Amino acid sequence: MLTILIDGIAYGMLLFVMASGLAVTLGLMNFVNLAHGAFAMLGGYVTALAMNRLGLPFLATLPLAFLASAALGAIAERTLYVWLYRRSHLDQVLFSIALVFMSMAAADWLVGSQQQLITLPAWLQGRLEIAGVAIGRYRLFLILVCAALVVALQLILARTRFGARLRAAVDNQRVARGLGINVSAIFAATFAVGSGLAGLGGALGIELLGLDPSFPLKILVYVMIVVTIGGTSSLTGPFIAALIIGVADVAGKYYLPELGAFLIYLMMIVLLVLRPQGLIASGR
Amino acid sequence: MKRRVFLGTAMASAAAFSLSARGVMAAAKPFEIGLILPMTGPFASTGRQIEAAVRLYIAQNGDEVAGRKIEIVLRDDASVADATKRHAQELIVREKVEALAGFGLTPLALATAPLSAQAKIPQIVMAAATSSITEASPFIIRTSYTTPQVTAKIAEWASGDGVRKAVTLVSDYGPGIDAEKTFIKTFGEAGGQVVESLRVPLANPDFAPFLQKVADQKPDAIFVFVPSGVGAPFMKQFVERGLNTSGIKLLADGGVTDDDILDSMGDPALVAITGFHYSAGHDSALNKEFVKAFGAANNGSRPNFMAVGGYDGMHALYTGLEATKGDSTGQALIEAIKGKAWESPRGPISIDPNTRDIVQNVYMRRVERIEGKLWNVEFQTFDAVKDPGKAG
Repeated sequence: MLTILIDGIAYGMLLFVMASGLAVTLGLMNFVNLAHGAFAMLGGYVTALAMNRLGLPFLATLPLAFLASAALGAIAERTLYVWLYRRSHLDQVLFSIALVFMSMAAADWLVGSQQQLITLPAWLQGRLEIAGVAIGRYRLFLILVCAALVVALQLILARTRFGARLRAAVDNQRVARGLGINVSAIFAATFAVGSGLAGLGGALGIELLGLDPSFPLKILVYVMIVVTIGGTSSLTGPFIAALIIGVADVAGKYYLPELGAFLIYLMMIVLLVLRPQGLIASGR
Repeated sequence: MKRRVFLGTAMASAAAFSLSARGVMAAAKPFEIGLILPMTGPFASTGRQIEAAVRLYIAQNGDEVAGRKIEIVLRDDASVADATKRHAQELIVREKVEALAGFGLTPLALATAPLSAQAKIPQIVMAAATSSITEASPFIIRTSYTTPQVTAKIAEWASGDGVRKAVTLVSDYGPGIDAEKTFIKTFGEAGGQVVESLRVPLANPDFAPFLQKVADQKPDAIFVFVPSGVGAPFMKQFVERGLNTSGIKLLADGGVTDDDILDSMGDPALVAITGFHYSAGHDSALNKEFVKAFGAANNGSRPNFMAVGGYDGMHALYTGLEATKGDSTGQALIEAIKGKAWESPRGPISIDPNTRDIVQNVYMRRVERIEGKLWNVEFQTFDAVKDPGKAG
């Protein structure tokens, strides 16, 4: 059932884009930001409103969704989150979950509670037959975009000066500061990029997941599962985890509808029993 | 001296004024209706539609019936049953309302039922659609519809249209399961066969695996029941998978092509054949006037099935109060409303005197693009359908 597999991969890729930002903040910066989904929702609304009210084409709204979420992420990091880095995880959880509820109420008040619907360009609708396998065009598009993002992220982290500084700042903040690395600026930039990725994920996800003010809570569970199973020491772990979850969720609902939504929780338990540190854990 | 005269006249006129005011009040204590709706949260559009329709009805028909002034006290329960019950209690005890109305969802209506029974005041259910609701209190009157009422007719139509093999796909919650059971029963009795019954978790809107299953089963038709906001993503994925050209009919409850958001759904909505009790495109003079007035009062938006439930709920109270000549005791009002029949924007309707539930036409519709906008266009009518859950 290749169609099921591809549906699952597309779904998993989407989960990864939304979760990657959280993997960065949680894993690299050791900060629990449950409000991650709120940034994803913002990206979704930017795309939906830009398409429906301003008439912009779908592709043009994607960078907007990224930039808007990244900008808000940067502002929130400088004004709100910066005070919480040194606080306990419980404080961080309480603070960020409150942000989630505030963002939901704000979305409801500003835009209304109804589902936001978008119309994709014609070349993204319908499906293709490749070697006898029917693939939704939009799902193929998702896989390509997300795969490109994964490669780009990995290259930035592993090959660029910024990536090297970020890794240094994460491994040992004091030494990094001593070497003249501006740790707080690097963290702010990273947080902004993470929020931007969430926003992009939200924009790409409207077509598959729908968009309404309850969006942050709806995806929170999935995103948390991806990060928990994947481990937080690299991006490879969450990436593999997202693919496993995506495929398992879709295949589970197809082959075992009775288990349906429960299957991914079962998988999470099994994987965490086998590898409590996550799929790919560092020796730290 | 001058001053004393001035004070004297002022006092006298004040006294006269208060006397006359009291006189008017004694002649007509206002008839207060406690309207409890979800105005915030995921079902806020239900609340907004009903409130708008209730206000429209009052604007069109005046706020005085049989010498009683009609007043609405609106409360927001955010579709939480505990809040509905608390609001109902406060409205009865403190505000002394003489009727309750609204109720967006089944649990909200049921939570209030014991209160309306105890306080002996009418409870007008304008939205909630589970069959059993009217049995929960002898003071409940329903002006919306019931899920089995509509679903049974869709199943009947399908088998008449040559559908032999069907798959059902419903959201995994009360109304969805109601719809699934009704469809399987009615369709089975008509000689059809439901080969697969899929239940989709409410929280997960990616329909990919379920639709793939449908594609592999190759039924003649698929029957769908999902909450109205989810209908659009569902139809998009149905088209994305190419099911619209595979000869599988998409049958659904009209909530899927909700008039409120139909036009923003785009072309994928054109595949749906739905059965329902109301379409904003219903072809009658009364409905045209209703849709026009509703749009004029609400920024051009369209009334949907929720709005018409609210509109007719008000009509029930108005005619009831007229018939009792202003006597607002619950028993008298309920007796007066029972068996009433009138022309609604949805067509002819009546309140079944035995069950206090609505009897109405169920229409089969398809989505069509008319002058650039999408509408549910009715093409077949089942006359005066009773709720099959209680008809037997």
